[in-house]
Amino acid sequence: MNLQTTPSTLFSVEPERSHLLAELWHYQLQEGYISPEVIQQLAEKHDLSAIEVRGVASFYHFFHEQPAGKHTIYLNSSIISSMRGFERIKEAFERETGARLGSVDPTGMFGLFATPCIGLSDQEPAALIDFYPFTNLNSLKVKEIVQKLKQGKPAAEICDNPADNIRYMPGENRTIFFAPYQRGEAVRKLPGLGPEGVIEQLRIAELSGRGGAFFPTGKKWETCRSYPDTPKFIICNADEGEPGTFKDRVLLSNQPGSVLEGMIAAGYAVGARYGFIYLRGEYRWLAPTLSKEIAAFYAEGLLGEEAGGIPGFAFDIRLEIGAGAYVCGEETALLESMEGKRGEPRTKWFYPAERGYLQQPTVVNNVETFAAAARLIQLGSFEYLKRGIPGSAGTKLISVSGDCQFPGIYEIEWGMTVAELLELCGAEDPYFIQVSGPSGECISAKEKYRRISMLDLLAHKDIRCGGSFMIFDRHRDLVEILLNFSQFFKHESCGVCTPCRAGNFIMERKLKRLQNGLADQNDLKELQNWGAIMKATSRCGLGKTATNTVVQALEKFADDFHTRFAETDNSTYRKFDYRASIADYENYKP
Amino acid sequence: MATCTFWIDGKKYEAEEGTNLVDAAKANGVFIPSLCYFSHIDPPLGTCRTCTCKINGRYNPACTEEVREGLKVEVNTPELLDMRQALVEMMIAEGNHFCPACEKSGHCDLQHMGYELGISTTRFPHLFKDRLIDYQPQRMVMEHNRCIKCRRCVEEVFSSDGKRVFMYINRGNETMVGIDYEQEAKLSEEEAEAAMNLCPTGAIIVRGKSLSEPFGMRTFDMQSTQKQFHRPITQRPKGVNFEKKTIATVSLAGCFGCHMSMLDIDTDILDIAELVSFNKSPLTDIKTFTQRCHLGIVEGGCANTENIETLKQFREMCDILVVMGECAIWGGLPALRNTIPLGECLEEAYLNSVTSEPGEHTVPYHDDLPKILDRVYGCNEIVKVDYMIPGCPPSPNHIWKVVKSLLWGEDYSLLYAEFKYD
Repeated sequence: MNLQTTPSTLFSVEPERSHLLAELWHYQLQEGYISPEVIQQLAEKHDLSAIEVRGVASFYHFFHEQPAGKHTIYLNSSIISSMRGFERIKEAFERETGARLGSVDPTGMFGLFATPCIGLSDQEPAALIDFYPFTNLNSLKVKEIVQKLKQGKPAAEICDNPADNIRYMPGENRTIFFAPYQRGEAVRKLPGLGPEGVIEQLRIAELSGRGGAFFPTGKKWETCRSYPDTPKFIICNADEGEPGTFKDRVLLSNQPGSVLEGMIAAGYAVGARYGFIYLRGEYRWLAPTLSKEIAAFYAEGLLGEEAGGIPGFAFDIRLEIGAGAYVCGEETALLESMEGKRGEPRTKWFYPAERGYLQQPTVVNNVETFAAAARLIQLGSFEYLKRGIPGSAGTKLISVSGDCQFPGIYEIEWGMTVAELLELCGAEDPYFIQVSGPSGECISAKEKYRRISMLDLLAHKDIRCGGSFMIFDRHRDLVEILLNFSQFFKHESCGVCTPCRAGNFIMERKLKRLQNGLADQNDLKELQNWGAIMKATSRCGLGKTATNTVVQALEKFADDFHTRFAETDNSTYRKFDYRASIADYENYKP
Repeated sequence: MATCTFWIDGKKYEAEEGTNLVDAAKANGVFIPSLCYFSHIDPPLGTCRTCTCKINGRYNPACTEEVREGLKVEVNTPELLDMRQALVEMMIAEGNHFCPACEKSGHCDLQHMGYELGISTTRFPHLFKDRLIDYQPQRMVMEHNRCIKCRRCVEEVFSSDGKRVFMYINRGNETMVGIDYEQEAKLSEEEAEAAMNLCPTGAIIVRGKSLSEPFGMRTFDMQSTQKQFHRPITQRPKGVNFEKKTIATVSLAGCFGCHMSMLDIDTDILDIAELVSFNKSPLTDIKTFTQRCHLGIVEGGCANTENIETLKQFREMCDILVVMGECAIWGGLPALRNTIPLGECLEEAYLNSVTSEPGEHTVPYHDDLPKILDRVYGCNEIVKVDYMIPGCPPSPNHIWKVVKSLLWGEDYSLLYAEFKYD
């Protein structure tokens, strides 16, 4: 494996512990698993008990405690993948490699595992093999791939280069993200604006967080700037784990420079010295692109001492690579993960802007936010404000996938209606549309008139979009979609708080009942009530949003659910699968 | 620190500014349930969520809130009461909590919260996830079935080297508290016992140590921590004639303990015998129904097809169907097998047991034998159940109060001490 296996060096202000994830990665890639000896060794090195290291390693699903094969294959188990033929591809891999899903073949050559969305929903079915991407798979292609691997060809040589699939951008040079890029253009504007001027620009343009929470970026930077403690940190959240979302992937591969410049601008504005890109493990294959870009920035003097030629401003950026944990997209979980710990969200006693990474003031922003900030500084807020609609200026990247002709990235101006977007992507018979991923909102085709914006006021008219549209036509099974989402949350909950850990498990059981035709009206009511309890009592955004879709779908698609069961009110017998309940015992019939 | 005024449910209270809300409420006589909260852990863990309140209009756990001037807190609205109850129910449904078989029963914080919040049954289906019991530590046994992942032990227990003894491992619904064998071995006897007492449930058990107070003398047996603890009074329409009624009873997958409890009302049984006659019941040894009954009382859950048949018969022959005891409600002790596949249970019992000769034995199967179900089911999963009397067994008073209330419309309420899970 020629992926960068040696961990990148820490900054001088970081404690050794921050290295833990990188070290675990090193052993995972080198030995194919994290052995008890390695755990012991790392525990001694960091002066921790072995269980604490094991606790960290077992949190991330790309770290295995058992050998995971010389070649480790991860199939995407998202709903989009299952629509595009996950089962077929799974069978093909099982046939060719001899490994059953979730295990390693007897020779130890191949490990076959499922993993939630790998950010390639526009070219499913897709897989990661040794963390290199393979897209648009079919049985024949799988056979070829496995043969080549058996012949000793490294995955790095035979992998695909995923297309960016940028399908649409606003006309008349109104694109913000994909305009011709000149390295350093935004950075050179910084000294003229001054730190406060930079923040002022963001404030005028009302730039807000593109991870989906839409917190005003200017306010976040201003808050961080106001704390005197040093050092301060800038973190680019590239842990894009929401199934169906892949806009950050495209930005990082197509416009890495904008992202870096946005981070430099943030560093300049808040007085931070160090920057990090927390790249999700699924995008490990993008690390070389990013490293190359970072190196080019250093070569051109845009990073390092006197970054961008600004006297007294020094800024460095390094990469940190996640290891498979959706919850690390939550900013405080991300911080914990960066500190070499389990990615468990913190309680909200402090915001990261006050106490973030290593308890120091930290700005955490999404990839798209940084890219937009860089472009905004380059264009000037006046020019930027010409795009979009009042109150929601600029453009938005949307990842479109599912039942449409042209899945890919759409850069739309805020204010476009759902109908227009559906028209653009060639969705012929949209029925159920999942906006912003499983934790987002589901809308029916009847709501086509709604505008996509970041306004919260006109919620009935506008729909906030964190960045993805998954389109399902009327032949798709609604319950299957919900069950897929529910299983996703069940696995991805960090496990700390009761309503999320137990609640998602309980919801999944209930949805299975529904799928098996054992549910009645009362079960639907319970799903809704329990969803509301989880929303109110969970510790972080994951649990609070995990049941959004179920609750909304039950309201918006009530008729579909009613056809799932015959009305048998006041019946004295419960629905009960007698045959299934005695199936195990029947195995002993002589 | 200055004193400040804050509001709970519209009433004005005072506390020192910066006091944790759970403590401030307690000092003022307002009960907010909590499980993971420990005043000296800072910042608070906020893991169990049992103290969820509405604070300045937003749902938040009270333990992660400090009292400040003008803070407005809602604690005892019907919605919040239900929500907190649901959270404890979730823990009960998620773990495998078999109170009668637990060393910590009677001293268990989870059980205690269940009593305080008036939880008689859980609204959630029991998950019966197979979990490990770790016997490898030198001094302790880790009973993962009972762990509620409150994080107390993770944050509190360190070996003499200053290293953690406990740590979360895995993620999602697989999350559990792992124990470090090497560090555990370094704990002194006192430290190990302290860890066991720290655990709000019976997940950490020290070998050879038992908490063996008799029933009635255990920590949470008699007295509620709430000043005004009362269970709601169940009211019934008045004016029902005291005519003689017919009752049928049966024990399915149960131990007859509930029937024993029913007989345990001493001389009152003479009064009851005046008012009711028993039809099909082990008490009369009448095997089949000879008439329709006013009330059917079922003990035990359904473990085989014969249980299902009998239960359906009861549903059809009785006007009101009451189930009594934990087994009938969700499976109870027989449901200990629910975490293990049926095949494994049968083979362990009939084929691979110490006394069985290889090749000599088979798993019994005959058309005349009832078929064993894949798991033990609560009665309400098979037929519609009208009322449930929880407890293992329910106290005799409890059972007869319910029966009298159902048959002759008597109001009733239970005392704190009258209802236990074990």
